[in-house]
Amino acid sequence: MQPSKCSNNHQEPLRCDSDSVAPSQAREITTEKCPFSNFDENKVGQFKDSFSLLRQNQGFLDIDDQNDPVKMVLGLKEVRKAAHNWNLFQSEAKPGRIVVPSEVSIRDIRQIPFELDPPSHKYFRSLLEPWFKRPSTLEYQDKLGAIVEHVVSQTINDGTAHKNKQNSYDAVTDIALTIQSRALSVLLNVPMDEAKTWISWGTHVFRSNDNPLDAEKADVLYDYLDAQIQKAKGAPRDDIYGLLLNAKVEGRALSDEEIKGILVLTFAGGRDTVINSLTNTLAYFSDNPDALNFINQHPEHLNSAVEELFRYFSPLTHMGRVATAEGEVAKQHIPDDSRISLCWASANRDETVFDTPNNLVLTRKTNPHVAFGFGIHNCLGATHARALMRIWVKELAHRVAKVDVIEATENIEQWGGVKRKVGFQTLLVRLTGRV
Amino acid sequence: MINVTFLTADGEKIKTQGLAGSVMGLAVEHDVPGIGGDCGGVCSCATCHVHVAKKDLARVGEASEIEKDMLELTDDVSEASRLCCQITLSEDIDGLEVKVVRE
Repeated sequence: MQPSKCSNNHQEPLRCDSDSVAPSQAREITTEKCPFSNFDENKVGQFKDSFSLLRQNQGFLDIDDQNDPVKMVLGLKEVRKAAHNWNLFQSEAKPGRIVVPSEVSIRDIRQIPFELDPPSHKYFRSLLEPWFKRPSTLEYQDKLGAIVEHVVSQTINDGTAHKNKQNSYDAVTDIALTIQSRALSVLLNVPMDEAKTWISWGTHVFRSNDNPLDAEKADVLYDYLDAQIQKAKGAPRDDIYGLLLNAKVEGRALSDEEIKGILVLTFAGGRDTVINSLTNTLAYFSDNPDALNFINQHPEHLNSAVEELFRYFSPLTHMGRVATAEGEVAKQHIPDDSRISLCWASANRDETVFDTPNNLVLTRKTNPHVAFGFGIHNCLGATHARALMRIWVKELAHRVAKVDVIEATENIEQWGGVKRKVGFQTLLVRLTGRV
Repeated sequence: MINVTFLTADGEKIKTQGLAGSVMGLAVEHDVPGIGGDCGGVCSCATCHVHVAKKDLARVGEASEIEKDMLELTDDVSEASRLCCQITLSEDIDGLEVKVVRE
């Protein structure tokens, strides 16, 4: 076993290095926890490119996953090509198999439209797109704005707030989970009180902190959705349940299982990803207080800043596909019925496409990132996520002078021999308001 | 004012005018069907694909390498294809006509 890479020298404070290992070490698996859990307060908002050496040297990473190996594709152009080729690299495999780690052993339900391919995919996507494009409207954005404004007002340090240490709040649970859950109620068009239930589930809906495949945890969501669907059958509703119960696809009504599959995706797909995006943004601003001023003074750069934050954070590291025939990707032979994954996080740091890929450039004008995927399966919730992040960043820039991080525990993923920081388990922050 | 005309996939002609920004921004402002502009114009989402009228190709100019890479994997791509978030409004393109590719 390769021990965790921890540095402790006179040049740098104690810190865990979440950087990649060299290709020759790539199959070593690290499980030990770094004994130096202190964070470097000057680099808490830094997210290194964990895949650079592998991407430059071989373009792929082999990872094992419950005896169903995955060839992770790392370069942007190769990732895009494979994502575009849905016919060869399918999503409509056994439910749960395109997810890594595979969820085949913990669920039978198909997430829709994510685990469908054309023609079924198109029917469901056409049904859902108008609903998921609502975040483009001002009315919808006003609702998100009120949610964000309320949470920022509660957590900003005006000298009266006393929560945890030194007037600080956990950005993950107190801030991001609250905003994500309340914003989800807007997306579903259900009463905001429902968010209390979702917040009580914690940050993950399919995982517990010590188990990435927690079937019991998933059952909580399934049971909740079963009850909500049955309840919605009783009366006309203008929420997503009503939409789906009244909808027809190919001239027929949706089954309860299909409705549940759509809702499971909506709940799970936008959970960790949105929470990480909101939290990581606070970490970034803690390192870069000037960025708050810059965005506040130059709101014309808000959009490019948010797109760059998505590129830099890449809140979803990768997503799998299953080959329907023998094929080739990244100059590698792909056997029939084997798995590949499209590594959005690596593609978003591809030095052959992006200038200074490891710098977060708020004014980056051309930014062909794949943080929301690519091709027909691009993220259905992207309009909501983008609207929420634009409002979040704008509100912070407008009202917060600085973000201090008091404590941080990084959330490090392990893919083969590569470790990647995707967010935080906890991030204790103190927000100081503008005078 | 700079004039840009959009011909939608349904055959509707939408005449617009703007001063600054991109052709995509103008389309979104006027609710032109088939133009998403989801990424706000950073060339990430490819939801603003248009075919530029033959008469306007030269003055609009060629796509950048990054834009070409995006277009390569886009449906209904042709030599007239551009992502209109990458076309800046200027006097040089006054009177531009583009056909929206998506419905």
